[in-house]
Amino acid sequence: MSYVKSLQCKECQADYALKPLTVCDNDFGPLEVAYDYEAMKGKVTRESIEAGPRSLWRYKDLLPIEGEPKAGLNSGFTPLIKADRLAAELGVKELYIKDDSANYPSYSYKDRVVSVALTKAVEFDFDTVGCASTGNLAHSVAAHAAAAGLRACVMIPHDLEEGKIVATLTFGPRMFKIKGNYDDVNRLCSQIADKYNWAIVNVNLRPYYTEGAKTHGFEIAEQMGWQLPKHTVSPVAGGTILPKIWKAYQEFITLGIVDDNKPKIYGAQADGCNPVVTALREGQELFHPQKPNTIAKSIAIGNPADGYYVIKVIKESGGFGESASDQEILDAVKLLGRTQGIFTEPAGGTTLACAIKLIESGRIPRDESICVCITGNGLKTVEVMEGQFAANPTINAKMSEFDELVKQMEENHPSQAPATTA
Amino acid sequence: MADTVTVRIPTALRPQVGDQESLDVAGATVGDVLSSLNGDYPEFGKRLYKSENEINRFINIYVNDEDIRFMENLQTPLKAGDEVSIVPAIAGG
Repeated sequence: MSYVKSLQCKECQADYALKPLTVCDNDFGPLEVAYDYEAMKGKVTRESIEAGPRSLWRYKDLLPIEGEPKAGLNSGFTPLIKADRLAAELGVKELYIKDDSANYPSYSYKDRVVSVALTKAVEFDFDTVGCASTGNLAHSVAAHAAAAGLRACVMIPHDLEEGKIVATLTFGPRMFKIKGNYDDVNRLCSQIADKYNWAIVNVNLRPYYTEGAKTHGFEIAEQMGWQLPKHTVSPVAGGTILPKIWKAYQEFITLGIVDDNKPKIYGAQADGCNPVVTALREGQELFHPQKPNTIAKSIAIGNPADGYYVIKVIKESGGFGESASDQEILDAVKLLGRTQGIFTEPAGGTTLACAIKLIESGRIPRDESICVCITGNGLKTVEVMEGQFAANPTINAKMSEFDELVKQMEENHPSQAPATTA
Repeated sequence: MADTVTVRIPTALRPQVGDQESLDVAGATVGDVLSSLNGDYPEFGKRLYKSENEINRFINIYVNDEDIRFMENLQTPLKAGDEVSIVPAIAGG
């Protein structure tokens, strides 16, 4: 049995049937899935969740599907790392990394939203699924579609990282490379959705799709031992995940699954694409769109459709926004790598870099729990790391040359050189 | 008489303009064109505008593929043959 009541306009609260609809007829407000929380009380509990599968589907009661899941049976339930070495480096007491770079099967948070969207696509009897994407979504849609036996059509900006393109093509989708930035692709996609009877996950399945992002927040709460971090730092691109992490926290509070510790949530963007952060800094309710120019391509969305709600949620929670330069982003990627053994893409570097800036500016206190949401994997964007490391000399397979190299390394980087044995 | 431009209507707004995909409208600026449409199709206008001079924030307006917020918003000038697209905002990733 599903606890879903209807699709509801976020602006005027008008109810709609559970169909592939995306905006309200009256005011174009986005539609959001509404649930019967009263009926869940006493039934959706810590115990009922713990009895579920080790995937995002353990939160099925809080997701908008009618039958059994049809996609992403192994997606979600990614590691929550207590990042003590990074915490020590940053001088904070309690720091967690929610690591969706390890998501299955396509190594980004998108496996969450796509699992739900493709299950709905099957429920609605679509045979073709698609998306407008900065890369990770296309990769995920193509992977899940291949596994579910659906045809995939993915629309991407023409200049994406090679790793994302190759990894996506391997799953056999039709790929449409569009000249321009993501916002151009997005606009075209909304017109494609008007014309073709495809399930474009972030257009006509958007209300269902976005619900999948809640599972990132549910997992943080469960993996912290059924409590919420006091401060959560999330990347902001189109604006899907941040309000949904917030919704997840609020749903768990409503159901009595976690205590309300008055959590705060913060948005992270790149300096080269920071419309939401700019609006927060200027105290505006609405953002002004930008033309993105950043190495963090997966979050290079200058006209975020849900930006308005990101600003609203951040303000409600008492959080704030921050943005980071390309070099700060790369430095954060390396810091996360060398302290915790996690390789994230520039979007993850952005989130960590912004978390660091929020800590250093005193916005986030050093003695309260902090969770940094890492949403993508660095192996898909290796080219951005070019020139970030000193060249490694090649030696002959001779012990003398090896000894000489160890000596050089000790001299150059005493802290990183291997310990010599007697 | 001002020049005529083509206005592309998204599916969701077509019922309010007699199920037309696009309309040819005269006007010197985006604002002129949209208020002329508002005059002809008040139900369409009700959804398009938040207040008299403000477009509903969930709708984006483009002139020849460029968002009017990068130009002069509703004061963006138009010339004959320009294409004005009305596109509902959609999520991304």
